[in-house]
Amino acid sequence: MKISTLGYSIKQGLKNIRRNLLFSLASVGTMVACLFLFGVFYSIVLNMEHEIDDIQNSLVVSVFFNEGYNDEQIMQVGNEIKKLENINSVNYISADVAWNGYVEDVYQGDAEYVESVFGDDNPLENSSSYEITLKDISRQDITVKQLEAITGVRKVNSSKETAQGWIDVSTLVGYVSLGIILILLFVSLFLISNTITIGIAVRKEEIAIMKLIGAKDIFVRAPFLFEGVFIGLLGSLIPLVIMYFVYNAMTGYLTQHFALVSNMIEFVPVGEVFKWMAPCSVLIGVGVGFFGSLITTHKHLKV
Amino acid sequence: MVVLDHVTMEYPTGTKALDNVSFRIKKGEFVFIVGSSGSGKTTLIKLLLKEIKPTDGEITVDDRVYSKMKRKEVPMLRRKIGVVFQNFRLLKDRTVFENVAFAQQVIEKPANEIRREVPGTLTMVGLADKYKQFPKELSGGEQQRVALARAIVNQPDIILADEPTGNLDPKNSLEIMTLLEEINKRGTTVVVVTHNKDIVNLMQKRVITLKKGKVISDEEKGGYKDED
Repeated sequence: MKISTLGYSIKQGLKNIRRNLLFSLASVGTMVACLFLFGVFYSIVLNMEHEIDDIQNSLVVSVFFNEGYNDEQIMQVGNEIKKLENINSVNYISADVAWNGYVEDVYQGDAEYVESVFGDDNPLENSSSYEITLKDISRQDITVKQLEAITGVRKVNSSKETAQGWIDVSTLVGYVSLGIILILLFVSLFLISNTITIGIAVRKEEIAIMKLIGAKDIFVRAPFLFEGVFIGLLGSLIPLVIMYFVYNAMTGYLTQHFALVSNMIEFVPVGEVFKWMAPCSVLIGVGVGFFGSLITTHKHLKV
Repeated sequence: MVVLDHVTMEYPTGTKALDNVSFRIKKGEFVFIVGSSGSGKTTLIKLLLKEIKPTDGEITVDDRVYSKMKRKEVPMLRRKIGVVFQNFRLLKDRTVFENVAFAQQVIEKPANEIRREVPGTLTMVGLADKYKQFPKELSGGEQQRVALARAIVNQPDIILADEPTGNLDPKNSLEIMTLLEEINKRGTTVVVVTHNKDIVNLMQKRVITLKKGKVISDEEKGGYKDED
């Protein structure tokens, strides 16, 4: 297509929108609602995943060895652990480090008292361990079983409850939002298709003349394709602008007014949210607009 | 060259609009195709514009064999055929200039060529001073001239005029026919489908007469035949 034709098609596309303003606005409105919801759910899921990541990084699985294992045997167990797929990091905690940590936690570092009670004994002598963080906390159960199966492993301590709740909610929100967004996308597609059909009906005579004069398929279709793309683009940019302000306002308000929330969650900055959400929204909007009009023109504009 | 070779067109309803029609129109010829309502004139135009496919037979225009043409080749064929309609079919929301320019925009001509060629064409049809006016501000004859300008602006090989004088008074009819004759003298093949007896008899051109889908006569310098 020539540049001059491109300009002509864009102009005609915009003209079509003006001609069917009411239907065009309905299409844009539905797209705005759809992509605004997409933005809301995306932000929720992203923040939940951020929280899950934080929990995941702080969640530690402790692996204890058989009593009396020497350094070489402990290292061998360590090597076996590292071979497992879901292992993020492995950190060796010797019996002395474990006891010092315990003293610090339980006796607030009161060395005199501890010495008076325990002397030089280390009650955790057989409690040297590997502290492991996992890549994917949802697969913790399987990994624990794999750890327990390693020769020389006496006990594996894990606490899965903390993250599982977040994972469950995040998955649920993900599925629900996907369902709602799909329904709304279908409605948007239908409305855009309707708008284009009306545009075609309004320009029926012009299209008929174009065809008889020798217009190529693409020349007849292009204005309608641009119309769909413009509707989709507008329908994706408006919710992005709204989302930008709403997200900043909401996260600011929650952090300021609800101490519980600010203690529990550290919100993802708006820039980070928009990094993927903005291109995704535009792509969805433009894509739905383009395919909505492509299907319609294919159906109604055969030369 | 336009060749119809044993063309039959039968609609799904069972109506046989054309029945084994054959004729040849040489390059640069002026031909009237006449016949009353239901004789198959409209079907013939639709076939020549490749809006419909014949149920039997073959159509060839300038070495383009219709049955072998791909869909994407149809626009190129239509660019070689300028069409004029009885009801003008002008775009009401565009000026005279824009209506003629539209034919060039559609075939993706550059804007500077459009600006150069449209005024010349409007001068040829005698509407140079009315380029800013809208169709509703023009008389029937003037509207048909705009339609004619739109049909010739891309310099087609063939002009296909479907009842071009059907909505015009005798004076305007004659003016349009004179214009078509001028266009023909410049080398363009002109095919006029009409039932305007006076014009046909006056012009003394080749006349192909259709009746109930069949060619009943084909005469050089013929006149309008009463079918009964």
